[in-house]
Amino acid sequence: MIAAVSVTGLVKRFGQAEVLRGIDLEVPAGRVTCLIGPSGSGKSTLLRCLAFLEEATEGAILIGGEPLGFAVTPDGRRTRLPSGRIRAVRSQIGMVFQHFNLWPHMTALGNVSEALKTVRRLGRSEADDRAMAQLRKVGLQNRANLYPSQLSGGQQQRVAIARALALEPKIMLFDEPTSSLDPELTGEVLNVMRALAADGMTMVVVSHEIGFAASVGHQIAFLDHGQLLLRGTPQEVFRKPRHARLDQFLDTYLDRGAAMLL
Amino acid sequence: MSWTLFLLLVKASGLTVAISAIAIVIGLTLGMVVSAGMLSPNLLLSMPSRVFVSFFRGVPLLVQLLLIYNLLPLLGLNVPSVVAAVAGLSLCTAAYQAENLRGGFLSVPRGVVEAADMAGFRPFQLFWRIRVPIAFKLTLPALVSEAIMILKSSSLVSVVGVVELTRMAQDLASSTYKPLDLYAAAGGLYLAINWLMAGLGRLLERRLRWGRA
Ligand SMILES: Nc1ncnc2c1ncn2[C@@H]1O[C@H](COP(=O)(O)OP(=O)(O)OP(=O)(O)O)[C@@H](O)[C@H]1O
Ligand SMILES: [Mg+2]
Repeated sequence: MIAAVSVTGLVKRFGQAEVLRGIDLEVPAGRVTCLIGPSGSGKSTLLRCLAFLEEATEGAILIGGEPLGFAVTPDGRRTRLPSGRIRAVRSQIGMVFQHFNLWPHMTALGNVSEALKTVRRLGRSEADDRAMAQLRKVGLQNRANLYPSQLSGGQQQRVAIARALALEPKIMLFDEPTSSLDPELTGEVLNVMRALAADGMTMVVVSHEIGFAASVGHQIAFLDHGQLLLRGTPQEVFRKPRHARLDQFLDTYLDRGAAMLL
Repeated sequence: MSWTLFLLLVKASGLTVAISAIAIVIGLTLGMVVSAGMLSPNLLLSMPSRVFVSFFRGVPLLVQLLLIYNLLPLLGLNVPSVVAAVAGLSLCTAAYQAENLRGGFLSVPRGVVEAADMAGFRPFQLFWRIRVPIAFKLTLPALVSEAIMILKSSSLVSVVGVVELTRMAQDLASSTYKPLDLYAAAGGLYLAINWLMAGLGRLLERRLRWGRA
């Protein structure tokens, strides 16, 4: 089976700083891959490369077998693909950000229906119907006409998830979707993500919620200083005796709920 | 002052409002494009935009109007003087609005743009649907005060022969020998129009609260 996402030899430099140092990763379709690792290890950078919000310096990314951004010629050189090709491959990817990034001038419904209208060229009523269905999925059908500023953080993040899902992506990327939320609001967002995972969505989740990673993740990837130190099922990765770096990381991040799970 | 004289002034202020309104709309639209041009990493876009802004902000409007009025026929464009007037006002206000909007465009959060990018927006869709509304709202007070400025500056278009409010007051003053009455009335009319504009600005501000109290 073709992996939903396949990353080979990914290197990302910002000037002199080498932030990703040769990442190889396969993301199986229909599964949840959780990226964990210390702050500054390159998790966001890797996710942003998968979304082509950041262009990798070296290496290749395939989305459903299609090259993302660059094609590698047989002699090993990279050429940038035409923007139409890039857009087509990217349209399979949905992204959820730590700070929601909702469009402040549009209501919840507007945020979800906007791209259906401008990008997908659907008529107003069809776009609104589809958007409403997505809002219902995240439990916000009765908040449709409120602006982001009138919603709680958890509700904003659920709108952001609905906005991404409305475009029917094959892969959903989440960059610390709950870490800017008050603790009592993380649950509602994690529940939406759980339901999405149960529906068979391919997901890549950067999270410090180790409990969520251990219980929902099918694959855990542990990133440290720009390298993938460990990759496997939660059982394999979290089983004792653990890799020393992982142990050290878990000591700092492990919340009590997760401690019970492991 | 007679009622007929006052009605003549009111009619002339209609022209003032029309000329200014067109200039404000064209100026804002052009200002958005020029402002985006200034911020472009592409020198072919940013250089002309910057030259445009520094020219139209650096040369007095009166000189601009005379230049345009005399330049158009040379270019083979025999247009009525009111068109030259609107063109001059539009270009001038566009330069100021571009500068006003620049800070707004710079303040559009990067993440909001990235979200639109992920949703597949093409650059011009992203510009008009996301960047412009946010930058517009952020700079609204400055945009409104420039709109009021250009309305007042529209009195200068009399130099190219457009009989708007100020010119009408001047003409009537010299034919009736009652300058004080006429200029007082003209001033009152400008004031009334600007109150109306400021009110519209506040209305717009309220509409653009986007749910904030
Ligand atoms: N645009 C950039 N320019 C320069 N350096 C960057 C840029 N983005 C990230 N970095 C650097 O790359 C490294 C990895 O950053 P990244 O945000 O990917 O880490 P992270 O694992 O997501 O951390 P956190 O858990 O704090 O979110 C950091 O040292 C960061 O300073
Ligand atoms: Mg991060």
